[in-house]
Amino acid sequence: MATDFAFPDTGAKSAAAVAAQEFQTEKMSLSMGPSHPSTHGVLRIQLELDGEIVTKADPVVGYLHRGDEKIAENMTYNQFVPYTDRLDYLAPLANNMAYAIAVERLAKLEVPARCQAIRVITAEMARISAHLLGLGAYGIDVGAWTVFLYAFTEREKLYKLFEELTGARFTTSYTRIGGVARDVPEGWTDRADAFCDQFLPILEQILNLLTRNKIFMDRTVDVGVISREDAIAYGLTGPNLRGSGVPLDLRKDKPYSGYEQYEFDVPVGAKGDCYDRYLVRGEEMRQSVRIIKQAIAKFPGGPWYATDAKKIFAPPKDKILTSMEELIQNFMLVTEGPQMPAGEVYFEAENPKGALGFYVVSKGGGVPWRLKIRAPSFCNLSILPKVCVGAMVSDVVSILGSLDFVMGECDR
Amino acid sequence: MSAPADATTALKARFPQVTDRASLDHPAVNVPAADLPVVLQYLRDEVAFDLLADVTAIDWAEGVSPRFTAVYHLFSTVSHAYLRVAANCVSDEAPEVPSVTALWPGANWHEREVYDMFGIKFAGHPDLRRILMWDGYPHFPLRKEFPLAGIETPLPDPDIVAETGAKAIAAPMMGGPFVAAPGEINLTEAEPRAKDESWSERKEKPE
Repeated sequence: MATDFAFPDTGAKSAAAVAAQEFQTEKMSLSMGPSHPSTHGVLRIQLELDGEIVTKADPVVGYLHRGDEKIAENMTYNQFVPYTDRLDYLAPLANNMAYAIAVERLAKLEVPARCQAIRVITAEMARISAHLLGLGAYGIDVGAWTVFLYAFTEREKLYKLFEELTGARFTTSYTRIGGVARDVPEGWTDRADAFCDQFLPILEQILNLLTRNKIFMDRTVDVGVISREDAIAYGLTGPNLRGSGVPLDLRKDKPYSGYEQYEFDVPVGAKGDCYDRYLVRGEEMRQSVRIIKQAIAKFPGGPWYATDAKKIFAPPKDKILTSMEELIQNFMLVTEGPQMPAGEVYFEAENPKGALGFYVVSKGGGVPWRLKIRAPSFCNLSILPKVCVGAMVSDVVSILGSLDFVMGECDR
Repeated sequence: MSAPADATTALKARFPQVTDRASLDHPAVNVPAADLPVVLQYLRDEVAFDLLADVTAIDWAEGVSPRFTAVYHLFSTVSHAYLRVAANCVSDEAPEVPSVTALWPGANWHEREVYDMFGIKFAGHPDLRRILMWDGYPHFPLRKEFPLAGIETPLPDPDIVAETGAKAIAAPMMGGPFVAAPGEINLTEAEPRAKDESWSERKEKPE
């Protein structure tokens, strides 16, 4: 019995179709975000795709814009401290410190050694906390759940210490202009030291989950390469800049708050790919532990706020309630703000995400005329249109995670 | 490559139109707006101020002339020094400065933000759109005449507006910060209730 049906040669047919351009080959536009798990907040990237390859990426930011700079122009210097918590809300203690130092530079005010040490310890703890979240979330982005759980267990311990010190776990508002809100509680430094000791072996475990993990390396090695020149040209800072091989760390190169007394290394990447940025963050946590342990070992005594800055730092509460002069001083501070000279300063601190800058323009008095916040996440994201082009869609997730940005800071 | 400590001296010798600017910390110079690209290129290539840390602007209030100043913060990854370069915008009504995106691609977003917040145009910018506010937003929020509470503005998406009638309304300021602006000594006037620009006990809440 003869069969008269033919088996079509599908391969040849599709090749012919491609040759005849019967398939739709126009580019596709894909909106990634603003509520996409890998965009870590409210970032939208308008992607233009040729199949699976990104041909154009246009980040759309501003969904979290709250007008922090406008708000700052309308309140006294100390009133703005809680707003700095909400910039990079993963490291509020580091933001508090950067802002306080910027305004202290304006007042030409030196805070005592104990205050500097407290600020360094808290800022480095904030760095560990921020990098732990960065790594944990990055793990989830590229398919490794376990890292997140380990990282969050450690962050919880840090939050306990933050709560004990500042009264809040998340939005700490700890610094004041000329000091900090309160001295460290009894035994707190010992508990911070104990945290560091138990943290180091766990950090090795966490990093071991990723560093030689085949799946993780396939997703990150040679993906999202940023050259040294591009990193500088786009104003990248922090681990993203160091991942591209530029050994720039403001704690080393422009020391503030007594960082020059501590020994630590600045890790740099070799290639500038996502994997290098991951390695830099991992190593930075080890170095932060080193700094914290040194700072605790030689934790200075003495006053924890600038006692001579009467027009800037509020007097102790018991004095306010019992002494007329301190009462007036406190009243003036609350109503008119800390009195600043006219002039302008720009200060950048090495935050977990990069260099957080505050440009303060003062006309004198207790309110800034203009306060510009130089957000590292904003600058770091501006390289996306360059680095995403030519990558696969799944690589975009990997690149975003490796840049480790926070939209609260980017949009302000 | 000269030492950045004398960067301003060398800069002023090379460009006589550059003048010193008062500053409490880093060296700072004033540059005529038209010369910005040349001066910044010189600083980037000859003095190794290779990292453009920040671009921003200051509004010196309505009626002051020059009203707008564009401010650039440069950082050197070689000598680890900062330099502040400021340029007054020529026109107070339609402020404009030349763009430096050709020197630093990272200036792109900074200049878009300054345009968005102050309405300063950057001549030669490849893509001068708003960045934080939405396209078509009619105001420049960081200008001094813009109230802290905001201004009632229609939302950008016409179908959503037609469906919901939603709009951006001014924020309530009751219980807001207790502020005395510089030079303002009357504390009663500085109270939040006095500064309230939207609804309060005396003024009805908008629908």
